[in-house]
Amino acid sequence: MIGAEFLGMIMLIVYVGAVAVLFLFVVMMLNVAQQKNQWFASEENSKHIPVGLIISTIIFFELIIVIGGWKYKPDLFDLNNSMDNLNISNTHSIGQILYTDYIHVFQISGMILLVAMIGAIVLTFRKREGVKKQSYINQISRERSDGVEVLDVETNKGVKIDD
Amino acid sequence: MTEIGLGHYLTLGAVIFSIGIIGIFLNRKNIIVILMSIELILLAVNINLVAFSIFLGDLTGQVFTLFILTVAAAEAAIGLAIIVVYYRNSGTIRVEEIDKLKG
Repeated sequence: MIGAEFLGMIMLIVYVGAVAVLFLFVVMMLNVAQQKNQWFASEENSKHIPVGLIISTIIFFELIIVIGGWKYKPDLFDLNNSMDNLNISNTHSIGQILYTDYIHVFQISGMILLVAMIGAIVLTFRKREGVKKQSYINQISRERSDGVEVLDVETNKGVKIDD
Repeated sequence: MTEIGLGHYLTLGAVIFSIGIIGIFLNRKNIIVILMSIELILLAVNINLVAFSIFLGDLTGQVFTLFILTVAAAEAAIGLAIIVVYYRNSGTIRVEEIDKLKG
C-alpha cells in the first residue's frame, strides 16, 4: 500500500467480485471445456508464438528503457508533500475531489454503467416458448365477464364446458 | 531491503502490459482469453496511473483510475454478453471459426 487504500480495495472488489465471477459464469454457461486441450497443439497456432513473443518483448524493453532513462527532479517524489500530512484519509480526499471537480465525469461514468447493464440484459434476453409465466397485465385487466359465465342449466342435461 | 520506488511500480505495469499482449498473440483459439488479456492491459494502465498519482502527490490519477475501472467493467460485461449471444446463434466461439465477414 503506497497510500492508495481506497483504490486497492475497489480493485479487489471489482475484479474478484464482479469481473472474475462474470468470466466464471460465462465459461460455465458456454461449453468450451473440450476445446481447451488443443490450444497449443495445432500446427497453424505455433507460428503465431514467435511473432507474439517478439512483439511483446520489444514493447516490454521499450517501456523499461523509457522508465530507466527517465530523469526526474529529485524533489519531485518527496512523499511528504502528498496528502498524508493533511490528516485526512485517501478515501476522504478522493471523495472531496470526485464529487466536486469531477462530478460531471462521475455522472457520465454512471450513465456508462447503466448503458452497459441495459445492453447486457437486452443482448442476452431470450423469450422462451412454452413456459407458463405470470402476466400482470392480464391478471389486472381481467374482468368479471371474462371469468364468470351464468348459464341456465336444464334439468338432466348438465353444462358443457368448452375447454 | 530497498524501498519500493516509482520504477518498481512502472516495471510491474510494463510486465503486466506485456503479459496481456502475449496473451492476445499466443492465444488464437479462445475469445474469452482475449477479453481477459484486454483486462490485463487496462490493469497495467491503472497501476501506472496510481503510481504516478501517489508519487506526484496529485489525486487526479486515482480519480481517472476509477473511471478506467468503470469502463473496463462495462466493457467486460458487454463483451461477455456479445460472446454469449454469438455462441447461442452459431454454436462456436473459437476465433478461427468466427469468419462470417470474410475480411
